[in-house]
Amino acid sequence: MNDIVIRGGRVVDVTGERTADVRIAGCEIVEVGPDLPVDGARELDAGGCVVAPGLVDIQVHLREPGREEAETIETGSRAAALGGFTAVQAMPNTVPPLDDAAVVRSVLDRARTALCGVVVAGCITKGRAGRELAPMGELYDVGVRVFTDDGDCVGDSRVMQRAFEYASALEGAVIAQHAEDPALVHGGHMHEGEWSSRLGIPGRPAEAESIVVARDLDLVRRTGCRYHVLHISTAGAVGLVRAAKAEGLAVTAEATPQHFTLTDAECASFDPVFKMNPPLRGTADVDAVRSGLVDGTIDAIASDHAPHAPETKEQPFEEAPPGMLGLETSLAVALTELVHPGVCSLTHALGALSWRPAAIARIDGHGGPVEAGARAHLCVIDPTCVWEVDPDRLASRSKNTPWTGRKLTGRVRHTMFDGEPVVVDGEAQR
Amino acid sequence: MKRHLLSIADLDRTDVEALLELADSFSEVTQRDIPKVPALRGKVVVSLFYEDSTRTRISFETAAKRLSTDVMNFSVGGASVSKGESLLDTVRTIEAMGIDAIVVRHQSAGAPHRIAQWVDASVINAGDGCHEHPTQGLLDVYTLRRYRGNDLSGLRVAIVGDIKYSRVARSDVLALGLLGADVRLVAPPTLLPESLEGWPVTTTTDLDAALDDVDVVMLLRIQRERQRDAVFPSLREYTSRYGLTVERAARLKPDVLVMHPGPMNRGIEIAAEVADSPASVITEQVSNGVAVRMAVLYHLLAGGVGTAGGDQR
Repeated sequence: MNDIVIRGGRVVDVTGERTADVRIAGCEIVEVGPDLPVDGARELDAGGCVVAPGLVDIQVHLREPGREEAETIETGSRAAALGGFTAVQAMPNTVPPLDDAAVVRSVLDRARTALCGVVVAGCITKGRAGRELAPMGELYDVGVRVFTDDGDCVGDSRVMQRAFEYASALEGAVIAQHAEDPALVHGGHMHEGEWSSRLGIPGRPAEAESIVVARDLDLVRRTGCRYHVLHISTAGAVGLVRAAKAEGLAVTAEATPQHFTLTDAECASFDPVFKMNPPLRGTADVDAVRSGLVDGTIDAIASDHAPHAPETKEQPFEEAPPGMLGLETSLAVALTELVHPGVCSLTHALGALSWRPAAIARIDGHGGPVEAGARAHLCVIDPTCVWEVDPDRLASRSKNTPWTGRKLTGRVRHTMFDGEPVVVDGEAQR
Repeated sequence: MKRHLLSIADLDRTDVEALLELADSFSEVTQRDIPKVPALRGKVVVSLFYEDSTRTRISFETAAKRLSTDVMNFSVGGASVSKGESLLDTVRTIEAMGIDAIVVRHQSAGAPHRIAQWVDASVINAGDGCHEHPTQGLLDVYTLRRYRGNDLSGLRVAIVGDIKYSRVARSDVLALGLLGADVRLVAPPTLLPESLEGWPVTTTTDLDAALDDVDVVMLLRIQRERQRDAVFPSLREYTSRYGLTVERAARLKPDVLVMHPGPMNRGIEIAAEVADSPASVITEQVSNGVAVRMAVLYHLLAGGVGTAGGDQR
């Protein structure tokens, strides 16, 4: 295979930014510097573009096994590559769930031909039922570092305490929580507040999140286990995480583009494409999530990419499953909503989309920096490209994007996964 | 006026007044020896009820038949729905048979809005989850105008009971608000919505204080199941604090009107004696429901006949 030279871009990574070409040989970056010679290499144009470490999404539902009509590892990884991601973490709410090392191994096997790296989060409890611990040690041994019952919050405080205690013996393991108190959100379908009251849709109160985060932080304080808050969405929980970090607890948090952009007012359309858990919140919560991202309380941006086949999503709001697509829009929404308006710097946003999530989930070789000797996981971003989201043109097998018709600024031009140009000029290469 | 009637929230005061005036003319029809007009002959109306409802279904059917439409009943229990057919497939199937309107009752808020996006037929919301019951809102303000004249501004109306989960309350609040009434909501805190931002109402948890100077009392049906959900301790306690008992009714103004959308829990939210007293207009609400639903059907289906004012589509 010929070498590849990514020509004329501005390299941005954790070490800063500089104008440089990047030379790739095989699956490695071999040289980074200005005006590299061609030497028979294939050239990829990065003029006007940002060359960044491949993006990393630590909350993605690939639906395989069990829901292949909604997404597969192949289609999901193609969507990831088009979104600039070179590594994703598959969530364990598959059918069967990822609570067994054999199932995890089979997912990792199937992911060998994916268009991006796939790591797997394992369950905290068997069957995600919240009662008995899943074989966390066995899961750890096949590569699991993040444990979560995914959309099912572990409500039982005793089980959660045991999970923290047990996982604290597994070097680098982290317990990740969907923080919504099951009793408080039971039967609820959207954020409880002005809009749920008006629309007569049963609510999921913000306190359901902060109550669980507060409890979990107390258990972290006792056990010393690492703790990660999935898709944080409320001012209350952001405040708790901020204080916990100031105290020195081993806590991290992620937010989704929808939670720092969209509000519960969208639900007035009764279109279930705006339904997710935790739900879209009010303006004050959206502002708090943004502030948390800016000041580093929230470490990462994760998409919570949740494909649902049209027939399951084309239902009345209260009957449709929660979740929305995100892989192909995450970066563009972050650029459009955070970077271009000056809410945060490009480097800060890329950190939240790449090296910080890679560190949380301990995904080796991803997240940069862009330097000789590193694995060639890169994305080349045209930050000024304006495009309109069309669900029919997304690579995901499903179409449930809340961004239909939105004009976003910033798009992936090329994605290099392990030295392979999986996306060139915005087109998936396989 | 729109092609559908999905919520009172979509209407302005002019829309509501036009529908109420149209209902007046249909009310005259319902008094005739043969209470039927050929206004919508040849139109097909399907009633699609996903929840049990005898009165609303019969009221719509009566209204549709008095306008000479053909009324089809899609009974959810016995049909394809129990075989797992989706709402989308069901309404597309119904529409393929060539119909003009779907009257839908559904347990989920916004289901009629979804249907309206999927079909070309007119959609009439006959109650969606805890969201709205727009024809009930219209018939309630229609009933009040029959008793109090067309100007309802300043009329003091207390709506009492399960506001939080009531589609009737949401439609009534909006319809009364459009016509300028002074609405107060009365309920235990657990039965008030979390937020009343944007609602043209005042609220209180003290029924006795709320009834002081009130012109109209609207009671809402209390769902017995709420007790299990820790919403109130017992029906007896509910009645003692929020029921329109004989004693409370005795303190009301002599010309007060008492309303209830039905079906009533006699002895719980309303004493039997009060429901049957001269102040009660509960039976009139039912009669007026037919005229109001005739007006809605006619307005949506008559296509360009401008009685109800404004553009039909």
